[in-house]
Amino acid sequence: MLAGVCSGLALRYGLDPTLVRVFTVVLTIITGGVAALGYGVLWAVLPAGDAAPGGRRWKPRQGSRARVRTGATPPRRDFRGSWAVGFGAGFITLGLMFTFRETGIWWSDAVVWPLVIAATGTALIWRQFSYSRRERAEAGERDSRLGPFRGGVGIALLLGGAILFLYINGVLSSGGKVALGGLTAVIVIGLVAAPLWVRSARELSAERAERIRSEERAEVAAHLHDSVLQTLALIQKNPEDTRRISTLARRQERELREWLSGKTEADRADSLAEAIKSVAAEIEERHQVAIDAVTVGDRALDEDGAALVAAGREALNNAARHAGHAGPVRIYAEINEDVAQVFVHDRGEGFDPDRVPEDRRGVRDSILGRMEAHGGKAEIRSIPGEGTEVELTMEKKR
Amino acid sequence: MSDKVKVVIVDDHAIFRAGVRSELTDGVEVMGEASGVSDAVLLIERTRPEVVLLDVHMPDGGGVEVIRRVAAAGDPPRFLALSVSDDPEDVVSIIRAGARGYVTKTISGPDLIEAIGRVHQGDAVFSPQLAGFVLDAFAGATADEHEDDLDLLTPREQEVLRLIARGYMYKEIARRLGISIKTVEAHTSSTLRKLQLSTRHELARWATERNLLD
Repeated sequence: MLAGVCSGLALRYGLDPTLVRVFTVVLTIITGGVAALGYGVLWAVLPAGDAAPGGRRWKPRQGSRARVRTGATPPRRDFRGSWAVGFGAGFITLGLMFTFRETGIWWSDAVVWPLVIAATGTALIWRQFSYSRRERAEAGERDSRLGPFRGGVGIALLLGGAILFLYINGVLSSGGKVALGGLTAVIVIGLVAAPLWVRSARELSAERAERIRSEERAEVAAHLHDSVLQTLALIQKNPEDTRRISTLARRQERELREWLSGKTEADRADSLAEAIKSVAAEIEERHQVAIDAVTVGDRALDEDGAALVAAGREALNNAARHAGHAGPVRIYAEINEDVAQVFVHDRGEGFDPDRVPEDRRGVRDSILGRMEAHGGKAEIRSIPGEGTEVELTMEKKR
Repeated sequence: MSDKVKVVIVDDHAIFRAGVRSELTDGVEVMGEASGVSDAVLLIERTRPEVVLLDVHMPDGGGVEVIRRVAAAGDPPRFLALSVSDDPEDVVSIIRAGARGYVTKTISGPDLIEAIGRVHQGDAVFSPQLAGFVLDAFAGATADEHEDDLDLLTPREQEVLRLIARGYMYKEIARRLGISIKTVEAHTSSTLRKLQLSTRHELARWATERNLLD
């Protein structure tokens, strides 16, 4: 209720705010005020953040690059309880006084009432001044005239407390003890001015959040400009060439997905599965033939893996050239630590293995040769009229 | 007319709904379209379709919410998820919510009609992509670690899924494995059931890892 620390913590860890508050108060009393200090520290340290769960309305795919925050909602504050907070602060101070007295850290009974009054006033001032007008309006503060009134009462209480303190300590009557009088004045001014300072810091942080959001928006806009808009322009320029349009659309889709996934180049460079996907993209681009890639599992890309990818590229190349007209070519890879298998499947005419055309035999040799050189196997099955499948297997050497 | 499959289309993109509708010609009767979760629930209640083509991503909870609310009302139709997303987490969550299959929005008209027919008969529809996700999700489980049958795919089920991922059609799979098409369908249906019912913690962990790494 004071600064939203309890409700913030409650929200973060999914607890009941009231429970957290009660716990905090109890902790404060038990520890003789140390927890109250902790509260202050948390207030200063915790970011004023997206309070409401579900503030991220659009759930992006993973990765920080894609994480566009949609309007950080400031925590809702309830200003109706300001009086309660003021008196609460007074009572807590009173409680603290007794605690200190019990534990023996004590100097004079004379300070009790001035401090309690001053604490009440201070709490009221802080409630009133540390939030901007906009925050108060958003919290639905109905009567804006009440605000300054509360603040005025707060200041009056704080001053009253200070004067009472000085009076009790005999400063006013004797005119002496200038140091104590000066110190009190400094504390009073500090207590009144601090909320104003907090408010400007808050506004600064809101501005910064806004700036970050607009930078993110600019980054997204720049990316869409360089990619999607360019592709759409190209499609408009080639409206008759359906094959080219389809290739352009697929390439754009792939690029956009990569970008949304938030993976970096470095992530991709070290992955066998990603290498297979990028080969599929390359062949699709070159032959303007749809290639669907599905991978299961992954492992680091080593020399054997690179040979497997190269053989897969040959098989895809072959399939795209001879069977690309007959529906998509598919590449499926299943990878674990012991074995990696790649299947390239097309729905072309197929061929009789005994009467292999010259150019196919060449490719076949290069596929087989490459796999065998790295201790792998390659098998080609073709059924005339149904299509061809190339199976590549690379077992991990022991 | 009565032998046509009654279908409704739920998608928040009007262009896409119109495109799908124009492709659904043979053997399918489109009863209506809905553009949001609440609309969809009302439409399904009113028209009582046999199959619902369901977009995964929509405001107010998406396809998962539609399935949940319709199922709560009792006697739900069968759902076929249709999405541009290839995020494994999306796919697995809509299947676990109760969809009988998942196809991408780039699917051709005839293939979509076939998929609708298959879902209508109570079978599962596995695209190569979905088969890959499921194999991934169940990868690493071995018989001695897990006592619950739901947490494991049988070798035959794995084999069927692998062939789907490689791009084979059911009848080709049946021929290769020397079994009937009905048996292939039984394997895919039981795989779907395992995906929906398994409480395997690896399945949850797998989704989480994907979330972090993918």
